[in-house]
Amino acid sequence: MKPKEFHIYIYIGKKALYAIITVFAIISFNFLLFRILPGNPIEVLYRGAQLSPSAIDALYKQFGLNQPLWIQYFIYIKNTIIGNLGISYAYQLPVIDVLFPAIINSLILGIPATILGIYIGIWTGKIAGWKRNTMTDNLFTNISMILWAIPGYWLATLLILLIVLTGGVLPVSGMYTPGINYQSFFYRLIDLLKHLVLPLIVLTLLNYGQYTILMRNSLIDVTNEDYIISAKAKGVPDYLILNKHAMPNARLPIVSMIAINLGYLVGGLILTETVFSWPGVGWLIYSSILSRDYPVLQGAFLILAISIVISNFIADMIYLYLDPRIRYG
Amino acid sequence: MDKIKVYWKIFKKNKLGIFGLGVLLFFIFIALLAPVLPISNPTLTNPQESYLPPSYNHLFGTNGLGQDVLSQCIWGTQISLIVGFFAAAIIIIIGLIIGMISGYYGGFIDEIFMRITDFFLVLPSLALMIIVGALFGSSLLNVILIIGLLSWPSTARIVRSMTLSLREFPFVEAVKAANGSNIYIIFKHIMPNVIPVIIATAILNISGAIFTQASLVFLGVGDVTDISWGAMIHNAFDSGDIIGGYWWTSFFPGLFLVLLILGFIFLSRSLEEILNPRMRRV
Repeated sequence: MKPKEFHIYIYIGKKALYAIITVFAIISFNFLLFRILPGNPIEVLYRGAQLSPSAIDALYKQFGLNQPLWIQYFIYIKNTIIGNLGISYAYQLPVIDVLFPAIINSLILGIPATILGIYIGIWTGKIAGWKRNTMTDNLFTNISMILWAIPGYWLATLLILLIVLTGGVLPVSGMYTPGINYQSFFYRLIDLLKHLVLPLIVLTLLNYGQYTILMRNSLIDVTNEDYIISAKAKGVPDYLILNKHAMPNARLPIVSMIAINLGYLVGGLILTETVFSWPGVGWLIYSSILSRDYPVLQGAFLILAISIVISNFIADMIYLYLDPRIRYG
Repeated sequence: MDKIKVYWKIFKKNKLGIFGLGVLLFFIFIALLAPVLPISNPTLTNPQESYLPPSYNHLFGTNGLGQDVLSQCIWGTQISLIVGFFAAAIIIIIGLIIGMISGYYGGFIDEIFMRITDFFLVLPSLALMIIVGALFGSSLLNVILIIGLLSWPSTARIVRSMTLSLREFPFVEAVKAANGSNIYIIFKHIMPNVIPVIIATAILNISGAIFTQASLVFLGVGDVTDISWGAMIHNAFDSGDIIGGYWWTSFFPGLFLVLLILGFIFLSRSLEEILNPRMRRV
């Protein structure tokens, strides 16, 4: 093994170890959060649920609640790892079966919104940063600032109002039109896409602003560096300086910020899904609070937190690929 | 004093900063004067006047219960500002203590504190706040505590990195040589140097807390019977105003919220330019 490859494996190993430790910390935190409440956890978790005595007995056994706390903790960890997150009493199904479709639905909305937000944000941020302190820059920067200050649910509300007042050209709630028998998969897809338009616009705009500002500031930092000035002095054309010299370095902080901002994306997802009744993880959190379905709440939080850790890890790997300084240490 | 005059002179030239300050003063003004302003009682219901569109008598219209939307928007300012200032105070205090101790002592303490900080940075904060609010109750005090106790990590990180460079300064070594205790150095010498630089962060914390509180109340975490902007939008949504096309019951509280947040953001940005000479425009 060549020394430089060894260096990369150490880097990946460190990041992976850190991700695993964080996931364990999150699982433990999740365990504690629902245990520090007064009363026994079955009462807390299943408050308001109509459970038969035999069901309560089964839950006691499953979570080992007649045993000391540290044994309960290990049972909880074991159960979490094998995907046993308890039973949703609102749906009368295992939590994992409630969560899984919700995760898919959230991804259907979240992935295109993230990609669009980043793509458009980097594009306008690049223009704003390159034409620093011009009209164009001020326009893009101010639009981004305003978008940053706008609560997503309010933006969503305004869009729905616009649709309602103009005669309802698009559906404003849910994922599919209820009570329709689709002739084929194609019609189903069209219906889904129609429902996707509004939440996608809102979530994209929520993401867009911050990436514009990030990209702009990062590009301005880079263009002040000596190597850009020397490229200019050599007479390299402007578009080459921007695209070949400045952008590769200016993009780096964006990659790590994308990972850090995922928490923000999740927050936006919760609010957007709630307003549009999009049945994803965010909406599940909202509806589980209304129905006091704590096992689902606990599971949904776990999924969200772990997905952020995993995304952080992926971002670190992309960084490794993009930044030769880490690869060659 | 002279320093403040110099800063004010620079600040005066910053249009966005002046706009931000103006907006902030306006909201503080209407929040304090709400009881004496010539507006109707925000909780007074009047079934005959439900869903009146904006008019001379009701500039912002009325909601489904016939309550005056303008009057509710003005009274709602109070809760937003209270939550903003108190939650930000908690964030700054925790962020300062964790950040200064971590940066000053370094080593093992730093490692532990920063691992905890990173852990809280990773958690999806809004989701966590919703859950904590639902589990522990969501009175106004609880919402302030929830926002304050869960939002400090990024401030702590900023304070830590400033402390790291400050502790290498000769004046710190001089105090050490004069037998000054660590606590004394942290609070008497490090803190006064950190505070001016984190003023911009503190202002962003206030606006962040106001934003978060409105989001939480919109989601039903918090007291929706209190008059606040988030509660107004929540109620508008819950009672079908949006689908019914009654735009004014949700539009105006949201507009007030966006204006206040923008005011804080612009103020913070211009202060950052003043207090951080590298950012100053030439």
